[in-house]
Amino acid sequence: MFSGFMVNAWTEATIVAVVAGVVGFFTVLRGSAFVAHAVPNGSFAGAAGASLLGINTIVGLGVFSLFGALGIGVLGRRGRHDVVTALALVFMLGLGALFVSMSVENEPEIYSLLFGEVLGISNTEIGPTAALAVVCVAAVVVLYRPLMLSSVLAEAGEARGVSSFRMELCFLVVVALATTMTVPVVGTLLIFSLMIGAPAAARSFTDRPAHAIVLSVAIALVTVWAAIAISYTTNRPVGFFVATISALSYTLGRGWAAWRRSRTTQLAGDTAEAAGAGT
Amino acid sequence: MSHLLAPIFEPGFFDSTTVQTAVLVGAVVALVAAAVGVFTVMRGQSFAGEALGDIGTTGGSGAFLIGVGPLWGFVAISVVAAAAMEMIGVQRARGRDLATGIVLSAALGLAALFLNLDATYHDTTGATVTILFGSMFAIASSTVPVMVLLSLIVLAIVAVLYRPLLLSSVSGELAAARGIPVRLVGALYLLALALSVALAAMTIGTILSTALLIGPAATALRLTKRPGAAMLVAGLIGVGATWLGIVLAYDSYDWPPIHRGWPVSFFVVTIIFGLYLLAGVPELWRTRRRRPAAHLSGETLTAGGR
Repeated sequence: MFSGFMVNAWTEATIVAVVAGVVGFFTVLRGSAFVAHAVPNGSFAGAAGASLLGINTIVGLGVFSLFGALGIGVLGRRGRHDVVTALALVFMLGLGALFVSMSVENEPEIYSLLFGEVLGISNTEIGPTAALAVVCVAAVVVLYRPLMLSSVLAEAGEARGVSSFRMELCFLVVVALATTMTVPVVGTLLIFSLMIGAPAAARSFTDRPAHAIVLSVAIALVTVWAAIAISYTTNRPVGFFVATISALSYTLGRGWAAWRRSRTTQLAGDTAEAAGAGT
Repeated sequence: MSHLLAPIFEPGFFDSTTVQTAVLVGAVVALVAAAVGVFTVMRGQSFAGEALGDIGTTGGSGAFLIGVGPLWGFVAISVVAAAAMEMIGVQRARGRDLATGIVLSAALGLAALFLNLDATYHDTTGATVTILFGSMFAIASSTVPVMVLLSLIVLAIVAVLYRPLLLSSVSGELAAARGIPVRLVGALYLLALALSVALAAMTIGTILSTALLIGPAATALRLTKRPGAAMLVAGLIGVGATWLGIVLAYDSYDWPPIHRGWPVSFFVVTIIFGLYLLAGVPELWRTRRRRPAAHLSGETLTAGGR
């Protein structure tokens, strides 16, 4: 389990989990679950197009996720944000359908783009992923304070000269970068579980942002490690285990939060709501 | 007449039963999606629609695994998923997105497993692409009556709920004050949404089904503020885009680079997206002319759309 190509899988998955944990924290904080779903999902078209043209998948993913993210940001300023996100996403996926129909790519290739193929990672892919990961985390560190401010209190941010539109664009670019590097590992459809499940669970355990980020990274790491180990032994897709473990950790987090709330407050209404929320 | 139309409609277009089925089903589904979609856009539940569509992948691949038609898989899974979303808590906007996301990702994980099992046990190819991107030309004529029946059910739900749903979409508090059971109306609406997404998934595929749901409705709501009129316009746009997509896809069998035909879904989605962008042009032009009022008119538009 720890020899040869598997070392690549462990390394790559670890890098991905760290980035997904950090970026995901802001995704959950900003309530941008839809965008975090749309950008990676839409970038599938980029990967399909790249394989059609015979260029590196990472390039296709990068171009499409960046254009998709900026498109959503710019168009969303004028129209309804969720509508624009949905339409930009389906348009990109429509292109993806076209590329898939044109290419001679066989089914397993498409499947691995959508659902990931962490066990097939080569030595050469680790370098670019690590570089992108460093850029991503560095961007979050640099933007930490303004991004936090505009995510929690957009008005206060504006008053302090933090344009929420610019922060939105910055955030979208970070999501696009994270997408580009994570897609080959967990696939376009399932990055999302890492970016949502782990941070959402972490937020149930602590209210302090720094703690939540660390915890979110930890949960993401445990999730991917466990998923790879189980996937290796059962020979079933890693994405399934990533998604299931993420959902489980979220459920645990909700249950924990509900239990704590029902202990501290004796209000009947609260208890009922928490019990309902915990299921 | 037929000479004039020859460049548009390739020979055999009107004689093919496959095309006839696609034209009929496409129109019915587009109408249903438009009616439900207007409410989806007004309630800001595009993500729920998108998620239910994607989750259909799980149902489709699961149905494939046990050997029943994909429609049943789509319908079953979207109804279950809609119920799960409702139970986790769709009331608060931010928590709602998160709940949607968690259900979505868990379901997609299952889809990954099912597709993997499909490939292992049935040794089939094409399941992934067919389920995800749809195949309007592959709809079995035996499923047509069922699809029409389901469409009628959805339209009936929308017709019965029209007034209370409209009021609770615009203002939940107001509706509650008037004695409308907002939670129940929301749940029934979610059921209609789940069914219409399942129908749309049959025509343009699970991950593209949102296009039919959101696109025409959002475009219509940019053109008119009245919900009834918006439904009508959205229906026209949806049916038009679907039919045009079918015609173009049929023609594209002669197109480069592969002479295998371009996917219908690609055309439908592209037409819908193009129309949405076009519908934004008049507003863009107005705000350019009245620069100082730009912010204000944007605000009223959003308020009117809600």
